[in-house]
Amino acid sequence: MADEMSSGPGQAGHNRPALQFYVPEPKFRPGDTVDFSDLRISRPGEQARPDETCAPIDTQGLANDLIRVLGDDNAAHGPWDPKLGPETLRQMLRTMALTRAFDERMYRGQRQGKTSFYMKCTGEEATSVAAGMALAADDMVFPSYRQQGILIARGYPLVEMINQIYSNRGDKLKGRQLPIMYSSRAHSFFTISGNLATQTPQAVGWAMASAMRSDSRIAATWVGEGSTAEGDFHAACLFAAVYNAPVILNVVNNQWAISSFSGFAGGERATFAARGVGYGIASLRVDGNDALAVYAAEQWAANRARANGGPTVIEHFSYRAEGHSTSDDPSQYRSAQERNEWPLGDPITRLKDHLIHLGEWDEDRQQQLDLDCAEQVKAATKEAEKNGVLGHGMHHPFHTMFEDVFEELPWHLEEQAAQAIRERKIKWPQA
Amino acid sequence: MIDDAPVGLADAPARNINMIEAINDALDIMLSHDPTVVIMGEDVGYFGGVFRATAGLQEKHGKNRVFDTPISECGIIGAAVGMGAYGLRPVPEIQFADYIYPGIDQLISEAARLRYRSAGEYIAPMTVRSPFGGGIFGGQTHSQSPESLFTHVAGLKTVIPSTPYDAKGLLIAAIEDNDPVIFFEPKRIYNGPFSGYYDKPVEPWKNHADSRVPEGYYSIPLGKARTVREGDALTVLTYGTMVHVSEAVCREKGVDAEIIDLRTLVPLDIAAIEASVEKTGRCLIVHEATRTSGFGAELSALVTERCFYHLEAPVERVTGFDTPYPHSLEWAYFPGPVRIGEAIDSILKA
Repeated sequence: MADEMSSGPGQAGHNRPALQFYVPEPKFRPGDTVDFSDLRISRPGEQARPDETCAPIDTQGLANDLIRVLGDDNAAHGPWDPKLGPETLRQMLRTMALTRAFDERMYRGQRQGKTSFYMKCTGEEATSVAAGMALAADDMVFPSYRQQGILIARGYPLVEMINQIYSNRGDKLKGRQLPIMYSSRAHSFFTISGNLATQTPQAVGWAMASAMRSDSRIAATWVGEGSTAEGDFHAACLFAAVYNAPVILNVVNNQWAISSFSGFAGGERATFAARGVGYGIASLRVDGNDALAVYAAEQWAANRARANGGPTVIEHFSYRAEGHSTSDDPSQYRSAQERNEWPLGDPITRLKDHLIHLGEWDEDRQQQLDLDCAEQVKAATKEAEKNGVLGHGMHHPFHTMFEDVFEELPWHLEEQAAQAIRERKIKWPQA
Repeated sequence: MIDDAPVGLADAPARNINMIEAINDALDIMLSHDPTVVIMGEDVGYFGGVFRATAGLQEKHGKNRVFDTPISECGIIGAAVGMGAYGLRPVPEIQFADYIYPGIDQLISEAARLRYRSAGEYIAPMTVRSPFGGGIFGGQTHSQSPESLFTHVAGLKTVIPSTPYDAKGLLIAAIEDNDPVIFFEPKRIYNGPFSGYYDKPVEPWKNHADSRVPEGYYSIPLGKARTVREGDALTVLTYGTMVHVSEAVCREKGVDAEIIDLRTLVPLDIAAIEASVEKTGRCLIVHEATRTSGFGAELSALVTERCFYHLEAPVERVTGFDTPYPHSLEWAYFPGPVRIGEAIDSILKA
């Protein structure tokens, strides 16, 4: 027995074929020429739009297809065209452009040492802005760290966002949280956590509570495709299905989880939307760079949830155009050509071209919009800097570090707060 | 939150009940008084829980308030955090404390930090009930005492009752508390106090003074210890099942010990501890959990730091051994009368 156990390949008595260990590998690495021609991209307008009250299994085809509205001709096609008015489309474009301008400036701010950290959402603006616009203002959103577009779409002041990023004395979160981990109850925007996918069962729980209390509000959550590998995502899908919770589970498949391509989250075997079908959840897979398709899918799911039709999983097929964060260098693990070769293009350019196609926009107005957005962010930055930037001493008082651990300060935190204040006089006597 | 005035306890009708009945009573009262209270967990609904703690509650309060969940501790705690964010007051049950680990990220990273990281915008007013502790031949995964994993987490409160009276009052206080509370129920004493002599017949709660539980609403403040017995010879700091084991040993040995049932580990009643140790000058700490980095280490450090000049003997700890909880050798593992007795002798001799 012991001998048999210890015998390896090629040893006596071992005549079975050798097993092969498989480790997924992305198609392109740094320096490679990128060719996305074998990526299966469906034609805009060709996907059927079932009734919102359909059975989950009736969405199986859509979970393995790609819902698209905007074509190469810049026109809107097919049953998923949400038929939005030009003012709504311009509002969507403005919000996406503002989100991008905000990202650009905050990234620079990090490089200038005004803050420790930043994460852009470049290329994914539609998955937050268009999706967020399809929800009611009091629907509760449980985002990950790359949905700043929702906060901007809901009118959260840029100055407040920057205060948080700078951890200054104006920061509503009192400098406790890493930059971009926003929270705004007034905007039904849940507090962002660094722990991935934890918000997904929480969103389901919120939606369950809304149903338990016979409310009419629904919940929506966002998670990256990499984080769907977490156990929490399984729990979220399961609870959403079991209790028919009025929740939308958005999976932003931007192809990359830091340096790991989507194959490490299981993307080579099945679409991320297809997982929803396995739980008995209606599931849609959309072109995440097509703002109209994203809006339409989110609206479909919201209608379904409001009609007690239950949860929906939406996979937003997109591409993370920039590095994972200011601490990341994507040139170390992927081809620099990928961004430009991405076959679904850029969400802002595509929406802009659509508006021009409709005769509701032009390049000059776009240029002006971009300038206005940059100015707006610059003004907000200047305003926020009056409250200080990270490490310049204009932070919240020391005792606030000990508050809100509990509702009331227990004796041991009282003692530790006194210690911190005592230490301040030694560390910073000039303060 | 409670509309009616608290009952005057002295006059309230009371009955002798066991700890399960006291917990069931507390849950029933909170479901009746506060429409935001909801109970969820594996087998807690129709069936009434594997220990019967939620028996009859679904029938009385409906499936919107008391319901079964999938076997997913991560899902149970995660959903409860979301329900708390909505404005409910969830009371999730984890069937055994040994099975709380799949939900621990949601407890540590989320529930405990929600108030802090959102500067009070979102809170997690939830009470996680879970049976814990050994002495029932539960083996490795039905006997653990993981309280120190939670006392180490900033933002969590940890509560452990040792009598039916305390179980009801503390559970009501925990549910009303706006911070997340880990409420560990010593399952060895669900049906009766335990002396530590496993070969003696189990004594039912009805013979014990602390099983007299007033009907209706009352609460016991979190963060307050209970002096089980006043004494001068030494201070025994303990909680849960070990309150009764320690009491039996001291009685048997005729030691005039002051036994303090901590009841809440975080926030800790440091004033009661200091007052007692300063009086007796000697301190024994008793818990079932494994020794290294157990809550006893924190107690020992606090007593040494704060009462050093009053101490006449080294602070001692009687705990479980640093092994997984064994099945066949349970009574060799369990910190029973012999181990406690030796420690008391050693402290009194010093």
